[in-house]
Amino acid sequence: MSEISADHIQNNPKYHQLIKQRDALAWSLSAIVCVMYFGFTLMIAFTPDVLTAPISADSVIPQGMLIGVGVILGSIILTGVYVARANGQFDTLTDEIIQESLK
Amino acid sequence: MRLFHSTLRTLAALCTGFICNLAWSADAPTAPGAPPASPPINWEAIIMFVIFVAITLGITYWAAKRTKSASDFYAAGRGITGLQNGMAIAGDYMSAASFLGIAALVYMNGFYGLIFSVGWLVGWPIILFTVAERLRNLGKYTYADVASFRLQQGPVRTMAAIGSLIVVLWYLIGQAVGAGQLLHTLVPQISYTQSIIIVGTLIIIYVTFGGMKATTWVQIIKAALLLGGATLIAFGVMAHEGFSFEKLFADAVAIHPKHLDIMKSVVPIGAKANPVESISLGLTLMFGTAGLPHILMRFFTVTNAKAARKSVLYGTCFIGYFYILTFIIGFGAIVMVANHPEYVVDVSKNILALKGGGSMPAVYLSHAVGGDLFLGFIAAVAFATILAVVSGLTMAGASALSHDIYANVIKKGTATEAEEIWVSKVCVIGLGILAILLGIAFEKQNVAYIVALTFSIAACSNFPILVLSIFWRGLTTRGAVLGGYTGIFGSIGLLIIGPTVWTKVLGNGPAIFPYDFPTFVVLPLVLIVAYVFSVTDNSESAAKERAAFDRQKIRSETGLGAEVSAAVH
Repeated sequence: MSEISADHIQNNPKYHQLIKQRDALAWSLSAIVCVMYFGFTLMIAFTPDVLTAPISADSVIPQGMLIGVGVILGSIILTGVYVARANGQFDTLTDEIIQESLK
Repeated sequence: MRLFHSTLRTLAALCTGFICNLAWSADAPTAPGAPPASPPINWEAIIMFVIFVAITLGITYWAAKRTKSASDFYAAGRGITGLQNGMAIAGDYMSAASFLGIAALVYMNGFYGLIFSVGWLVGWPIILFTVAERLRNLGKYTYADVASFRLQQGPVRTMAAIGSLIVVLWYLIGQAVGAGQLLHTLVPQISYTQSIIIVGTLIIIYVTFGGMKATTWVQIIKAALLLGGATLIAFGVMAHEGFSFEKLFADAVAIHPKHLDIMKSVVPIGAKANPVESISLGLTLMFGTAGLPHILMRFFTVTNAKAARKSVLYGTCFIGYFYILTFIIGFGAIVMVANHPEYVVDVSKNILALKGGGSMPAVYLSHAVGGDLFLGFIAAVAFATILAVVSGLTMAGASALSHDIYANVIKKGTATEAEEIWVSKVCVIGLGILAILLGIAFEKQNVAYIVALTFSIAACSNFPILVLSIFWRGLTTRGAVLGGYTGIFGSIGLLIIGPTVWTKVLGNGPAIFPYDFPTFVVLPLVLIVAYVFSVTDNSESAAKERAAFDRQKIRSETGLGAEVSAAVH
């Protein structure tokens, strides 16, 4: 990476836009994963009765099982959301930034 | 190449001798009054395992011919696609420990096993959102490349390599012990020591000749076999239960000696609830995943940042699916394996205790579902799993030694590619032999602390230092090194005085530190140490390191200047 293109990128508003938007997405998705997972973990730690209550009177399946599987599926969906936006919108922006720096 | 042929010939001779040995012992007539004959030889498992070994050696040969540069050797020429890498990282993660281990955990404790599955999965989105593409953009072969990108090479790489090596070595011991026990149980004619020597020899061949290309493809094939095998077992269970989860769980509750407790316990059955431990376990599982060197290394093998991201998505799907399968398998084993005299040591005493030990539920379930042939298939897959994971670990350990310690710390970047590859092959052989010796040494040891040890160091040292170096301008060499060592030695120290090692392994009475997982203490401490020693660092080099952050950020965010794929030029 040459000095010139680095300075060029540093001064390109699109670069700062990229970082701002991608960070906003990445950190908010991370926050959702952490809330889901540590919510589950805190329930294990402090309110296990809620997790182990059966989903209905005639069932043995505990609510926590659905919540746990939900956390797994939720994580997969959020992963998909990030990849869709990063590989589409953000990569287009990145390509523009690199093209402009090479001019 | 000539070396490859002669090594193969030696191995073939060994195997022939070995098979003759087996055939002889099978045919040997039992003299009247002699001790009871040894159990029949599990030919299905042996034949399928031999087929797997033949295919993987073929791949190794193919990979060896295409492995010329250091980038080929360490990073498979950066030509792995997103889907392939997704399979490979899923394969690394779906070790025999998680396949047999989680199924066994569910078999013994029911619902509690799900907590591990969830914790091990949620590390993946975090890897994607924080480090996956940035590793690809900044690093060459090891995660230390990234951590030391703008810091002083010597001290930071040494710290990172020590962290990697401790994790790799202990993980290796766990896998080697598992391999020895598994193979010996399935094919009693092969002793524990012989099993470990077979594993050690094969992985040395895969990795020295085929490098990361062979390691990756062995892992991909095994991941496909394991996902396919686990799907068939779970399908067999659901078919047996009329495709009703309600019936599966109800039957399991009826059969399990603890009955409804297996749905009501959020700690191992019989243990006391401990909120702090639960939280610490949660932290360890999540951040530990994101700091395992043999997983992080996979992000250097893909073509670009796009493929790095995709590979996490594929990997997360495969792993999530796999964990849901292991959960069905664990409950299926309660219904179809427990209380069956052919699998249980003594049904009248304990309907759960299985012949061959605690990790067998999934293996016996395959027999209950599909008979001898399917048992042979699953046994071969389980063994292939160990081979593939051990290869990946050996590769990660050898990279840390040759690329970080030898090429960048000792030779300060002056070693040629050929020298570096040569050193790393020597390291592979050394690590392979060490794994064999440690596996034999630890046969009778209690290795229950290994998960806590490896994941704690990964969560407390590797992951936080990596994230700080990527995202925090203020991190300096002093902060990174002191923080990293705090993570490594803090984890080890607290584990030694914790319940698993102090009380159970050393037998020293009540533990000084009452928790199994030290992450909730060590991780905040690491962050504080890294912060304090960075901000108070007024040296000239620290100022330069902070100033270099903008350049690093550009490369990390845009990939400009990143290592290119061999396929491109």
